[in-house]
Amino acid sequence: MSDALLSINSLDAFYDDFQALYDIDMSLELGEVIAIIGANGAGKSTLMRSISGLLRNESGQIAFKGASIGSKRADQVAYMGIALVPEGRQLFPSLSVEENLLLGGTVGRSGPWSLKRIYELFPVLSDRRNQPSTSLSGGQQQMAAIGRALMSNPELILFDEISLGLAPIVIKGIYEALPNIVGEGMTAMIVEQDISKALEVSSRVYCLQEGRVSLTGKVGEVSREDITAAYFGVAA
Amino acid sequence: MSMPSVTRATPASRAALFIGLVVLVVLALGPYWAGRADMRLMSEIFLYLALACIWNLMAGYAGLVSVGQQAFVGFGGYMLFALTIFGGLHPVPAIIVGGFLAAALSIPIATLIFRLKGAYFAIGTWVVAEVFRLSFAQIQSLGGGSGSSLPVAIVKEIGAKKATREANSYWLALGAAVIVLLAVYFFLRSRRGLALTAIRDSEVAASGLGIDIWRTKLEVYVIASAFTAIIGGLIFLQKLRISPDAAFSVNDWTAFVIFIVVIGGIGTLEGPIIGTLVFFALRETLADFGTFYLMVLGLVAIVVMLKAPKGLWGLVRDRFDLELFPLSYRVRFPKDEEGS
Amino acid sequence: MIEWVNSIVQGILLGGLYALFAAGLSLIFGVMRLVNIAHGDLIILAAYMGLTTIVMLGVHPFVALLIVIPLMAGFGYVLQRGLLNQTLGDDILPPLLVTFGLSVIIQNALLEIYTADPQKLNGGLIETASIPVGGLAIGILPLVTFAIAIVVIAGLQWVFYATAIGRGFRAVSDNQDIAQLMGLNKAHVYGLAMALALGVVAIAGILLGMRTSFDPSIGAGRLIFGFEAVIIGGLGNLWGTLAGGVILGVAQTIGAKIDPGWQLLAGHIAFLVVLALRPNGLFPRVEH
Repeated sequence: MSDALLSINSLDAFYDDFQALYDIDMSLELGEVIAIIGANGAGKSTLMRSISGLLRNESGQIAFKGASIGSKRADQVAYMGIALVPEGRQLFPSLSVEENLLLGGTVGRSGPWSLKRIYELFPVLSDRRNQPSTSLSGGQQQMAAIGRALMSNPELILFDEISLGLAPIVIKGIYEALPNIVGEGMTAMIVEQDISKALEVSSRVYCLQEGRVSLTGKVGEVSREDITAAYFGVAA
Repeated sequence: MSMPSVTRATPASRAALFIGLVVLVVLALGPYWAGRADMRLMSEIFLYLALACIWNLMAGYAGLVSVGQQAFVGFGGYMLFALTIFGGLHPVPAIIVGGFLAAALSIPIATLIFRLKGAYFAIGTWVVAEVFRLSFAQIQSLGGGSGSSLPVAIVKEIGAKKATREANSYWLALGAAVIVLLAVYFFLRSRRGLALTAIRDSEVAASGLGIDIWRTKLEVYVIASAFTAIIGGLIFLQKLRISPDAAFSVNDWTAFVIFIVVIGGIGTLEGPIIGTLVFFALRETLADFGTFYLMVLGLVAIVVMLKAPKGLWGLVRDRFDLELFPLSYRVRFPKDEEGS
Repeated sequence: MIEWVNSIVQGILLGGLYALFAAGLSLIFGVMRLVNIAHGDLIILAAYMGLTTIVMLGVHPFVALLIVIPLMAGFGYVLQRGLLNQTLGDDILPPLLVTFGLSVIIQNALLEIYTADPQKLNGGLIETASIPVGGLAIGILPLVTFAIAIVVIAGLQWVFYATAIGRGFRAVSDNQDIAQLMGLNKAHVYGLAMALALGVVAIAGILLGMRTSFDPSIGAGRLIFGFEAVIIGGLGNLWGTLAGGVILGVAQTIGAKIDPGWQLLAGHIAFLVVLALRPNGLFPRVEH
C-alpha cells in the first residue's frame, strides 16, 4: 500500500445524480500490469474516466505517486504521468497520423518513447505518417492511439477496450506488441470485455459488477468459475 | 376511489387565473382611472410584453434565436403607413393586413435563412433586418431615409377626439398583448406545441417520433413574423411617426426584448411577464443615466444567463414548484394516499 | 468603362478589410463553435484604443498597432477565460446572449468615454497617396490594407497547420475530452484562440479607423460584413474568407456606383444570393 503507484480509496463516482461506482478500492504497484474486467455497464469506463481526470471526484479518492489526484483536471493528470488509450481509439480527424502522435507528446515528459521509437514499434504508422488519421484501418488507428498515449512517456498507461471492434488477427498483433511496451517498466491497467486476452498479459485481475469490485486476485489463483460468477453476477 | 388523476391545473394556476382576470378587468378600465402618461407607459409595456412572448416562443421553444425581429416590427409599422396613406384603409385593418403580408414575406425569407445553423441563423436574421431597413430607406414616397408622419386625417380615424384616440389605442395595445399571450399559450398546449417542446428537448428524438422539424420551425417563424408585424403596426400607431432607423432599430425591438426574456426566464410563459415588469421598473428608475443604464442592462443579462439561466421565474419556480400557466401534466393522487 | 474597372478594383481592395473583419470570427467559430456577437464592437474598441494611443504618444497608427495588438490579445485571453468559457456547451443560447450583452456594454462604454462624435485615425500621407496603374489611381492605403489581409490570413493558416498551437486548436476543436487527456487545458487553448482573434481584430480596427470615420454605434455593421464574408467564402476556410470579403467588397462598390444608397444593400443581396445558390459558401472546406 505504501509504495503503490496508484491507489484508489473508497471511490464513489457520479454522473449528475446517477452513481456509477460504489466504494472502489484498488491499488497498483510499480511495474505491475492488471486487468479490469466486467460486463457492459459494470463501471469500467467510469473508472478509466475517473483515474484520467475526465470525471472529477473527491480529491483523496485517487492517489498517484502519493499525491491526491481525484479532483484534478485531465490535463493536469496527464502531466503527472498517466496516459489513457481511450475506448474507440478517438484519433483527431483533423490531424495527420504524425500530428496525432506529436499531440500526444504535448506534456513533454522525458522517457524512452519518441516518434522514432513509436515508428519502430509500429512501422506501418511511419509509412502513413503524413496521411489523415481517418485514412487508417481500425487496427492501424489503434496503434496510433497507443502510440499517441506513449508519446507522453507515462508512468501508468490505461488501455480502455483496445480490442473492441477489431478483427481477431488485428487484436493478436496489438497484444503481441504489449510486452514491448510494458517491458519498459511501465505500469499498465487493461480494461477488457474479452477476458482471456486481458488475463494473458496481466498478473492480477479486478472484476467489476454493477459499479462494485466483485472479485480480485492473482491471475493464476482465481478460477475461471469465480471470474464467470463475478462477471455475470450468477453462480456458475 | 383511490385512482390517481392526471391534470394540468394546480391550485397556483387556478389562483393565477383568478388574479389574472381581475388584473385584466382593472387594466381594461385603464382609460377611466389612469392619467395620459401612465396610459402611454402601460401601452408600451403591453406591446413589449407581446414582443417578448413572441421572441420567447421562437428562441425558448423553437430554438430560433433571432436578433432580427426589428425586420418585422418595422415592416408592420411601414405597412400601417403605406396601406392607410396609399391604400385608403382604416388603420386597424391596415395593421392586420400588414400581419398577413409579413407572414407571406416570411416564408421565402425562412427558406433562405433556415440554411444557417444556430448562432449564424441569428446573424442571418440581422442581415434580413438590414435589408429591410435599407430598402425602406429607398422608398421616397414614404419619406426615404428621414421618414414620415401619419396624416392627421388618418389619425382621426382612430378617434375624433384626443381622449378617445388615446383610449382606443390603449385598448388595442392591451388587446394585442392578451391575444398574443393566449395564442402562444394555446399553441404550446396544442399538438404542434407539444411537438415544439419535444424538438427543444431533443431534436434527434423528435425526428425519430416523426415530427417534421423544419416544417414546425417554419410554422413558428411565420406565425411569429405575422404577430411581430401586427405589434409593430400598433407601436407606430402610438408613435404616429416612422423612419427607417426607428422602425428597424436592433436595440429597441430586439435587444430590449431579449433582455426581458432572459431576465424573466427563457422557455417559460411566465418569464416574459416578469421580465417586462423588471425591465420597465429598471428603465423608469435608471433611464436618466442613459448609457450607464444600458450597460447595467447588458451586465444583468450576462449575470442572469450565467448564474440563473432560467431567469427570475426559474428561480421562483425551482423554489416553490409553481406553474401559473399550466403546460405540463401532473399526476395527482387522492388525499388519502398522500404521504403514504 | 474605366470607372467600372475602378469600382471593381476598389471593391477588391475593400474586400481585404472585410476579410480582416471575418478572419477573427472564422477562427473563433472554427476552434470553439462560438459566434461572437460583440465581434464588431471589439473592432471599434480597437479603433478607439488606437485613437487614444495616437493622441497620447503622438505616433502613427501603424506604430500604435504595436500597443493595440498586445492589449487586445491580452483582453481576448482574459475575456475568454473569465467569461466566455463559462458559456460554452451544447446550448447555443448562453454564448449568443452573453456576447450580445457584451456588445451592448462595449458600445455604451465607448459612448460614455468617447461620446458619439465621429473620430478618425490620422494616417498622414498614406491616406491620400496613390499609384497610377493604367489610367487608374490606386490608393496606397487600400493597397496596404489588402496586402496586410493577405499576410494575416497566410499567418493564421501557418499557425493553424504548422505549429503546435495550431495543432492544439484543431485537436480541441475535434474532441475536447481527448485533447484534455493529451495535456491540453481547453480553457487555456480557447483563451489563446480568442487572443489570436482579437489580435487580428486590433489590426482590422486600426485599418478601419484610418480608412473611414467611426463612432461607437457602427460595430454591428462590421460584424455583419465579417459574417457575410465568412458565409460567402465557406465556413472554416480562411482563404475562402478572403474571397468572400472580396466578393462582398466588389458588390458594395458596384452597388454604390449605380446609386450611393445601394452600396450596403448590394452587399447584403450578394450574400443572400450566395446563400440561396450555394448554402455552404463558394469555397467550403475540403476535408483532408
